[in-house]
Amino acid sequence: MNASMTGSDAAVAGERSRAASPTAAPRRNLRAAGAVVFWLALVTLPLWLTHVGGYTALGTKILVYGIAALALNLLLGFTGGLSFGHAAWFGLGAYGAGMTLKYLAPSTPLAILVGTVVGGIAATVLGPLVMRRRGIYFAMITIAIGQLFYFIAVRWNNVTGGEDGLAGFERAPIHIGPWVYDVQNETKYYYLVLVCFAVAVVIMKLLLASPLGHTWVAIRENRRRLQFLGVRIDLYIWAAFAISGTLTALAGTLNAMLFNFTSPQDLHWILSGNFVIMCVLGGMRKFWGPLIGVAIFVVAQDYLSSVTDNWMTAIGMLFVLIVLLFPKGLLGMLGRRGKEAA
Amino acid sequence: MQLLLFNAFNGLIQGVFYALMALGLALILSLNSVINMAHGGFLVIGAYLAYTLAPYLGFWGALVAGPLGAAVIGLIVERFLVRPLYKRPDPLYTLLLTFGLALIIEDMTRTIWGAQGLPFQIPDILNSSVSSVLFFITGYRVLVVGITLLVVLGLWLMLRYTRLGIRIRAGTLDLETVSSLGVNIYLLRALNFALGCLLAGLAGVLAAGILGLTPPMGSSLIMPSFVAIIVGGVGSLVGAVFGGLIIGVAAGITTTYFPAASDAVIYLIMLVVLVLRPRGLFGQEGLFE
Repeated sequence: MNASMTGSDAAVAGERSRAASPTAAPRRNLRAAGAVVFWLALVTLPLWLTHVGGYTALGTKILVYGIAALALNLLLGFTGGLSFGHAAWFGLGAYGAGMTLKYLAPSTPLAILVGTVVGGIAATVLGPLVMRRRGIYFAMITIAIGQLFYFIAVRWNNVTGGEDGLAGFERAPIHIGPWVYDVQNETKYYYLVLVCFAVAVVIMKLLLASPLGHTWVAIRENRRRLQFLGVRIDLYIWAAFAISGTLTALAGTLNAMLFNFTSPQDLHWILSGNFVIMCVLGGMRKFWGPLIGVAIFVVAQDYLSSVTDNWMTAIGMLFVLIVLLFPKGLLGMLGRRGKEAA
Repeated sequence: MQLLLFNAFNGLIQGVFYALMALGLALILSLNSVINMAHGGFLVIGAYLAYTLAPYLGFWGALVAGPLGAAVIGLIVERFLVRPLYKRPDPLYTLLLTFGLALIIEDMTRTIWGAQGLPFQIPDILNSSVSSVLFFITGYRVLVVGITLLVVLGLWLMLRYTRLGIRIRAGTLDLETVSSLGVNIYLLRALNFALGCLLAGLAGVLAAGILGLTPPMGSSLIMPSFVAIIVGGVGSLVGAVFGGLIIGVAAGITTTYFPAASDAVIYLIMLVVLVLRPRGLFGQEGLFE
């Protein structure tokens, strides 16, 4: 779990372990135990989720959105780039996968690959337009760029299905040699998504532990000092933008195949805003914060839309309350309390 | 040729709405450092208030009362929701707050007035065409352009010559210094926020006379307004106005030749501007870079 430590966290932890080394080992054991419990819970999720009132597709959706939110957080929480247009990469991935299945070939792995590459290339090409901006300007340009793809999807309707969305495709069974893994089964699809989730998490953890990841955190903490040190911060932000966008596109492909459907709503700025609030709700300074935010948000949305017609108002209130009362997010608050106690 | 003129003029009217919205957004952006995602919501509030009050106040009364109502609600929102966030330097929080407000306002509008589109009655005299050849130039459209010109001119004079306007401009450059010179910057920011909402409300009433009223009308007008600001240059009010007019007319002209691309074209213009002149047409160098 050490890989999840950011530069500043690592420095703090280093000081702490020097000051009170006897507590360091139990803390590490606790973290390892937590990781084991966490992954076990995910692996066994189809067995217990139905007993607590959920359904397997809901668990799959949480993992899919989890990939997107964790990926967004590379840029938002770790690099400090306020992207408000991540639905663009999510939606491009979704349409890429959907169109591959519909027009190209009924192959699930190919759909994942094409969608991820399409979204990734778009993020990489458009990254230079925002990489030198910061704060408000960065946010505004990312919002507006996202809408470009929204309107293309709405208006190019003989290919994209327009306002009604792209339907008429389904995820295909995966053939590996003589062995067939039928992902049309919901539980089997859940495990495919879980594998993608695990791969994405490993990639992100490795990146954050690398010099690249440490530079991202340094950019967030003190951009100007890094500039004076001669670091080309724009290139690092570009890298964060491109990687974050690519992984978000991966989530988009999985989302399209989860519902065998995708619509312009997957490209809309409201979805971008939802991704950002998920990160903030869970705590965007922590690696796992966004996943917790996703779990709460997706369950809340699922529940609210079944009990009230005014669920949009309820979600809006959730936004206002989070911003005013829990700006550090749930994990951020727990972490702070822990520090105060110590 | 007449079709081209027709579409270009329609685009100009759209551009006027974008410009009014962008102007309010730009004011709030530069002094309050808030990306007001709820700006479309204030437009909707202005429009629906005018619709509700028109039977009592008449068209002209509603034209004034709608925007004022939006400004008053803006003042309340600023005082109780936005103001506590000024001490957090990250623009993320006000962005998310106003985003939530945008959802609430759109949903509440739907609950109160219904999801169906409503017509906004304008006086018959304004409905007739000004010229028999250019049939599409109705009195109301002339009025829309005229009012917008007056408002932009009035705003310019206010910012240039009144004490409040000078303080607002000074505040956008260096808020701390303005504060230490004894200006109540909380009041200044509150008034500025309300002024921005007033412009949004005005855009709403004027747009209602042409497009009718629907709950999502705000969210469909806000994105082009962002583009208008980026094209015109963040931090420039002149840029916001010209940016709005340029993308409006460009979208109108595109409708003539390639209707399907009329929405996408404004984002393409934005990309071109960002590549060729990253600070926008009227933006200052180095701002937000």
